Amino acid sequence: MADDDAAEESVQQRNVPPAKHVIYCGVCSLPPEYCEFGGTVSKCEQWLKKNNPEMHAKMYSEDAVNEKLSSLSVEARAKAEKDSQKKAAKAEAAATREAEKLANSMIYIKRVERNKRKYVTVVSGLEAFGYDLKKVAKDLGKRFATGSSVTKNAGNTGEEITVQGDVSDDLFDWIEENLENIPEDNVECIEDKKKKAG
Amino acid sequence: MFKKDIQPGAKTKVKSSVQRGIRAKVLETYPLLEPHIEEILPKKSQIDQTKLPDRVTLYTLPSTPLFWQHMDDPILPHLTLVHKYPHAFHRLRVDRGAIRFVLSGATLMVPGLTSPGGRLPGEAKGGEGDEEGRWGEKDLSEGEIVVIEAEGKESACMVGVLKSGTGEMKKVKKGVAVEGGHYLGDGLWKLHLD
Ligand SMILES: [Zn+2]
Repeated sequence: MADDDAAEESVQQRNVPPAKHVIYCGVCSLPPEYCEFGGTVSKCEQWLKKNNPEMHAKMYSEDAVNEKLSSLSVEARAKAEKDSQKKAAKAEAAATREAEKLANSMIYIKRVERNKRKYVTVVSGLEAFGYDLKKVAKDLGKRFATGSSVTKNAGNTGEEITVQGDVSDDLFDWIEENLENIPEDNVECIEDKKKKAG
Repeated sequence: MFKKDIQPGAKTKVKSSVQRGIRAKVLETYPLLEPHIEEILPKKSQIDQTKLPDRVTLYTLPSTPLFWQHMDDPILPHLTLVHKYPHAFHRLRVDRGAIRFVLSGATLMVPGLTSPGGRLPGEAKGGEGDEEGRWGEKDLSEGEIVVIEAEGKESACMVGVLKSGTGEMKKVKKGVAVEGGHYLGDGLWKLHLD
């Protein structure tokens, strides 16, 4: 604490500018003044309008936009416009692809028999929807008061969550209630009948 | 330097002796950071280092990126640090037209700095953004670390090493100005460690 005070004092004494706090765009991560160069300008603008109306008013006013344009030659302007259209189209396509991928991503809840009448429940696919498996595993452990951990899947191609006990049905409901990103249609319960350990 | 997305290596603790060395190097390279050094690299803190591809080391505290270094080259600041302490670095300015090239990872060419919208040391033209001392007075030599700001913008968009002295640039007005730097939106910018 004393050190902090001392540091601050010396900054003031020597008339040094204090650290600046730059705001970063919640959509493209750049300082908002640079949003125009990415492919997500319209989303960026919406974000700024919501999160920093003052800056938004300054940056997206008609005057500001005209001024930006007038500093470029006609040629450069046309090029820049084409470039930003290309970028926007690219970003759009990427967003569509991502949405399609998500629509086709499935969450599987699988009951696996470990020993006679001993089951574990395995959930796979959550990571595609942006969930942190470790965190979800912890939440599930708490919810079902049982062991729950992140494990490697059978083919060793990825990770899944293994919950001790047969909690398939409750788990299905829990996902629906707690993991908002996942549409119900994308969750499926399957039963492992072959007694093959997962 | 960071055109591609980065897969970071393991994060390890920096020994306190090495940490002292880093602090000294930072102060030697950026003397104007001196009043802020306790804010940036507090003496009692534990800095971590993460290995990045192409023999780059990233220094973080605890996971906020501060500086990066290619092999034993000079230590360069992360752009978020530049944004906090812009006055502590040598600054140049590119014209508006060059911004989108910088942000796409292109090599920064001299004309982007020597055109009417650009600024080199001693070239405050009394226009917008030409506040006192922003561009410095003395020319910079090849190899010096520079922060690149942009016409009509407040914050910097790149940091890198000069490939040619600024005096030379004013004369020749062509060639490579800065190569292989760290720019807004590059792999280093997008890297998030936890
Ligand atoms: Zn943005």
